[in-house]
Amino acid sequence: MNAALFIILGTILFSALLGIYAGRHVKMNLENWTVGGRRFGIVIIWLLMAGEIYTTFTFLGASGWAYSKGAPTFYILVYGALAYTLSFFILPALWKVGKKYGLHTQPDYFVTRYDSRPLGIFVALIGVFSIIPYLQLQLTGLGLIVEVASNQAIPSRLAIAISFVLTCAFVYTSGIRGTAWVSIIKDIMMIVAVLVVGIGVPMIYFGGFGNMFRTLIEQKPQYLVLPGATSHMGVIWVMSTLILTGLGFYMWPHVFGSVFSAKSANIIKRNAIIMPLYQIPILLIFMVGFTALLVIPGLSNGDMAFLELVNKTYPSWFMGFVGAAGAVTAMVPASILVLFASTLLAKNVYKAGFNPKASEETVMRLSRFMVLVITTIALVFAIAFPEELVNLLIFGYDGVCQFFPGVVLGLFWRRVSKKGVFSGLFVGLAIVIGLIVSGRDPFLGMNAGFVGLTLNSFVTVAVSLWTKTPGRNAAGNQANPVSTLPDSFGGKNER
Amino acid sequence: MKKGTRIAVALGAIPFITMVFALPLVNRIEPIILGLPFLLFWLLAWVVLTPVILALAYKLEKKYNPPEEGEDQ
Repeated sequence: MNAALFIILGTILFSALLGIYAGRHVKMNLENWTVGGRRFGIVIIWLLMAGEIYTTFTFLGASGWAYSKGAPTFYILVYGALAYTLSFFILPALWKVGKKYGLHTQPDYFVTRYDSRPLGIFVALIGVFSIIPYLQLQLTGLGLIVEVASNQAIPSRLAIAISFVLTCAFVYTSGIRGTAWVSIIKDIMMIVAVLVVGIGVPMIYFGGFGNMFRTLIEQKPQYLVLPGATSHMGVIWVMSTLILTGLGFYMWPHVFGSVFSAKSANIIKRNAIIMPLYQIPILLIFMVGFTALLVIPGLSNGDMAFLELVNKTYPSWFMGFVGAAGAVTAMVPASILVLFASTLLAKNVYKAGFNPKASEETVMRLSRFMVLVITTIALVFAIAFPEELVNLLIFGYDGVCQFFPGVVLGLFWRRVSKKGVFSGLFVGLAIVIGLIVSGRDPFLGMNAGFVGLTLNSFVTVAVSLWTKTPGRNAAGNQANPVSTLPDSFGGKNER
Repeated sequence: MKKGTRIAVALGAIPFITMVFALPLVNRIEPIILGLPFLLFWLLAWVVLTPVILALAYKLEKKYNPPEEGEDQ
């Protein structure tokens, strides 16, 4: 057995065992399984959130975009910092609502705030449809990394099957605790890989990144300013994409749900302060992409730039290390995606839609069963049709960010109503699907999701103002329990 | 809005202004700073400054807003 193979398989196995171990001695009910009993402190929350955010897409995509598109890739460095800034103001209020009403998931929030089960089911279904292609992307990325890193010794499909079955084992036993623990291995390995490669390759080929950029400015200066090597990703596109992804980031059901696992609102707030630091290593990933552009130009698939350059530069055992880091980097987000997709289906679709009287134990058992179902579906897709679902991914971000007005206005504005949110969501989604399907993304230079979100917000506000909110006046606020909560803005100002 | 919240929101607007709305003004290669082309340097600098800004917002918000009932530290 060669060294690379040993490192990759050993890491995957060790991670899974650690994930399974994480759930021992914890009585598994839904509260412990999905939100870790709301007991996570600042370190584990930071690792968990970082674990969800740095995915294989960051690894391969950020360097791949630098290689094939140039400056538009910079948005990947920036949008996280914007999302964390926003989260500083929004998430503590959300956490308090979650604590008070015992919420586990995003649809739970909509059901409680707007007193509408159909809205919850609708939100849950959009969530699941957005999660599945995202999950698929992790699996495809994992297969690609392991296959290249092991020098074809582990074929892509085998890698996907082994690591994903193990991932599901620890989700099944340990829930979100498993994800949090495996995040530790993932974060350490990934940081080491990024530091070694990101500092190493510009040094080896150009004596440093300054010289690398000087060479790039002489040879291909257009890569370093917008719109880079593309024709349509100019300043307006990047601005609209930054707003969209900055706002949409915490609207992913799995990221949204993780907020509830924190011990207090204050932990969430302090976490928002330190999160942007985690963006800085992305700079090094760009360096790898740019170095690859100069050293190995002409790859047909830009996403391979990182791996190809490592392969050309480093010994095979280090390639194995990168492969192992890549595999865990896919397993961690995959685990949390599976966890939340399962909970959404069991709690927010099955229980809410078909069996409102189901007990918590039944929902818990069904959630675990759904882990197996979703695992099977995702595996079949990943192995049988590796390309098909990736096309759906563009809908993912544009779709989930349409939740933004319903979530944020719901926290801070008493008047926003169920009808307003429903109308806004429909309009936003219709516009996004319409623009993408008819090939009009970007629209007037702007990201289609941004166009949808703008009109969605407008419609949500207009319809909410137009409809009478029950319980807004002296009658009290029973219909809108959430809006009576104290919030981080210290009052119930009408906006 | 309470005074502390107003200050925090004003500080929170800075990353959006510098990294989104200022983009048309900073989309250039020169001057090269610390070996980085200007656009990349500008964005990186504000990503690094964001935690500083948020820490300041946290401190000032605490200072001017009386702690809520049942608020933990």
